[in-house]
Amino acid sequence: MAEKNIEQVTDENFQTEILDASIPALVDFWAVWCGPCRAIAPVVEELAVQYEGQLKVGKCNVDENPKTPAQFGIRAIPTLILFKKGAVVEQITGAVSKATLETAIKKAL
Amino acid sequence: METYDLIIIGGGPAGLTAGIYACRSRLNTLLIEKLTPGGQVLITDWVDNYPGFPEGISGFDLVDRMRRQAERFNLPIVSDEILSLSFDGPNKIIKGYQTSYRSRTVIIASGASHKKLGVQGEELLTGKGVSYCATCDGPFYQGQDIVVVGGGDTAVQEALYLTRFAKKVYLIHRRDQLRAAKILQEKALSHPAIEPVWKAVVEEIFGQGQVEGVKIKKLDGTPGITLTVQGAFVFIGIQPNTEWLKGVVPFNDQGFIKTNDTMATPIPGVFAAGDVRCKLLWQISTAVGDGATAAFAAERYLESL
Repeated sequence: MAEKNIEQVTDENFQTEILDASIPALVDFWAVWCGPCRAIAPVVEELAVQYEGQLKVGKCNVDENPKTPAQFGIRAIPTLILFKKGAVVEQITGAVSKATLETAIKKAL
Repeated sequence: METYDLIIIGGGPAGLTAGIYACRSRLNTLLIEKLTPGGQVLITDWVDNYPGFPEGISGFDLVDRMRRQAERFNLPIVSDEILSLSFDGPNKIIKGYQTSYRSRTVIIASGASHKKLGVQGEELLTGKGVSYCATCDGPFYQGQDIVVVGGGDTAVQEALYLTRFAKKVYLIHRRDQLRAAKILQEKALSHPAIEPVWKAVVEEIFGQGQVEGVKIKKLDGTPGITLTVQGAFVFIGIQPNTEWLKGVVPFNDQGFIKTNDTMATPIPGVFAAGDVRCKLLWQISTAVGDGATAAFAAERYLESL
């Protein structure tokens, strides 16, 4: 499946791609062994297209990038964090609906 | 707005099965799912009691096969969250977050979600040591001590799964014996990493930013205990996803939808199937049966119009 407008976030590029981003950024922390992560993936992909230019959307594989999730105390996935100017504005755990995510995004924009 | 013959709300085993039957009957059908098709099975590590898979199958793979099977019969699946069901003469109006839909019949297969304990610390520490999904979060507990709360099939099955990661698993149960299938009980009670704590309920989950322990109240009159653990996994049953149907279809006192044995609610053309329904046993195998029956009953109803 094509992941249009989705940034692959790693421990190495997290600072430059997300914290230093000029627009708000949403990061989906996920892993291949997590069913609900796969359930929420299409919703995240839709948001990336819908908010193109206004919101940066990234996915961070927690198996390959352990440092970044540890930094935010993540012990459950999927966890979605919304960043604005390098700060956390919202942290959502679990496969939530698109409506819930959009409400949070609209507040941050 | 298009008028469908049948709209199925929810893409778990019940909804997907209804979709397979409806499409094979050439009903103009639409399935609406909030996330990705799968429902609770998506978070089930391993399924050993669904026939046809002699070695068992992962929940994810099972439901992926059901989705592919439904797609083979051209079941359209859209992603939307349903907010309400209302009526316009014989037609059913389904209002979603994205748009509205109209149909002559509806099968409600919106499933169920995990129950919460409702104790202090649970809400605050969710995602920070409190979990309702062993397959999602188990790997974060490598070499740590955890509690699993519950005594049914799910609790015992997931406790066994979590022994792959955790060093010690306390199984907290309010009674003095488990409710889970005997085969699961035998495995759990003979497992060196699982320690049952009988006649016990969780009173509080505590920790500064992360779970550091749980306070246990004993129901047999002995003093309460505090367990130092890094995780608390809660599997104490399900609650139906029916808040959006309050006052529209009749529930039992726990919110499960009442139907007759053709899956019909008292409202003509409205059916319910799977975990959302008031019944004896909530399983993948019974959801599949409900879905088939509901689709057949919907077809009969359409023919009678």
